[in-house]
Amino acid sequence: MTVARVLAAGSSGLLFGFGLALSGMLDPARVRGFLDVFGPWDPSLAFVLGGAVATASVGLWLSRRLPRPAFDERFHLPEARSIDGKLLAGAAIFGMGWGMAGLCPGPAVASITLGVPATLAFLAAMLAGMAIHDRKATRLGGRAGLG
Amino acid sequence: MTMTTYWPALLGGGAIGLSATLLMLLNGRVAGVSGILSGLWRTGTPRLANLAFVTGLVLGPLLYRVAFGRLPEAHVEASLPVLVLAGLLVGYGTRLGSGCTSGHGVVGLARLSPRSIAAVAVFLLTAVATVAVMRLTGAS
Repeated sequence: MTVARVLAAGSSGLLFGFGLALSGMLDPARVRGFLDVFGPWDPSLAFVLGGAVATASVGLWLSRRLPRPAFDERFHLPEARSIDGKLLAGAAIFGMGWGMAGLCPGPAVASITLGVPATLAFLAAMLAGMAIHDRKATRLGGRAGLG
Repeated sequence: MTMTTYWPALLGGGAIGLSATLLMLLNGRVAGVSGILSGLWRTGTPRLANLAFVTGLVLGPLLYRVAFGRLPEAHVEASLPVLVLAGLLVGYGTRLGSGCTSGHGVVGLARLSPRSIAAVAVFLLTAVATVAVMRLTGAS
C-alpha cells in the first residue's frame, strides 16, 4: 500500500511539474503579465486555470461516486467550512506576494530544475514564511491547514 | 497573442488537472502544493508520499525537456529584496489561508468549495492590485 501510494504521489507530482512547464507558469514575467490587467494584459494563463479546473472537476466528480480511493481507506478532504478571517487574510497576504514576484508555491518548487538563482532565493524565503507560520500555529495549538 | 500561447496553456492546465485527479482517486489527497510541502515537517501527514510528490514536481520540467528538447523559459523581473519579501508573504499567506493556487485554485474550485472560491477571489484581486500599484509607482 505504501509503495503504491508513494508511486502514485510521485507520478502525480511529475505530471503536475510537466503541466506547469508546458503551461508557461514557470515564467514569472508571464504570470505577472497575466495579473497586469491595467497594463499590456496577457490573458493566456487563464487557460491554465480553466483547463486544470475543468479536468480536475471530472476527477473530483468521480471521487464523490467512489467509496474510497484506490490506495487509502478514505478520501482526505478539508473539514473547515467557514469563510473566516484567517482564510481571507492568508489569501490576501499570498496574493500580495504572488503579484510582487509572479511565483506561487508550485512553480517555485518546480523551478528548482531551471536553476535560476533569483527563483531559488524566493523559494528559500517562501519555505521560511511557511515555517514561521507553522511554528507559531503549533505554539498556539492551532489546526494545520490542508491546501 | 497567437494560438501558440493558448494551446500549451490549456494543455498544461489539463495535465495539472489530471495530476490532481490522480492524487485524489488513487491516494484520496488534495493536490495542494503549499499543504504537501509543509506536510514534510508537520506531523500526521503522509510524509513519504509528500516527498515523492515534491520530487516528481521538481523532475516535471526535466520531462518537458525530454519531450521538447529545452527547458521552459523563465524571466524574473523582481529585485532580490522584493523576491525575498514576496517569498515570505507567499509562504506565510498560503499556510494561514490553508492553500494556494493549486489547493484552492484547482482542487477547491473543482469541488466548488465556498472557502476556496472566496480564497481564489481574494488572492487574484490582491495580486492584480499589487501588480497595478507596482506599475503606478514604478517599483520592481
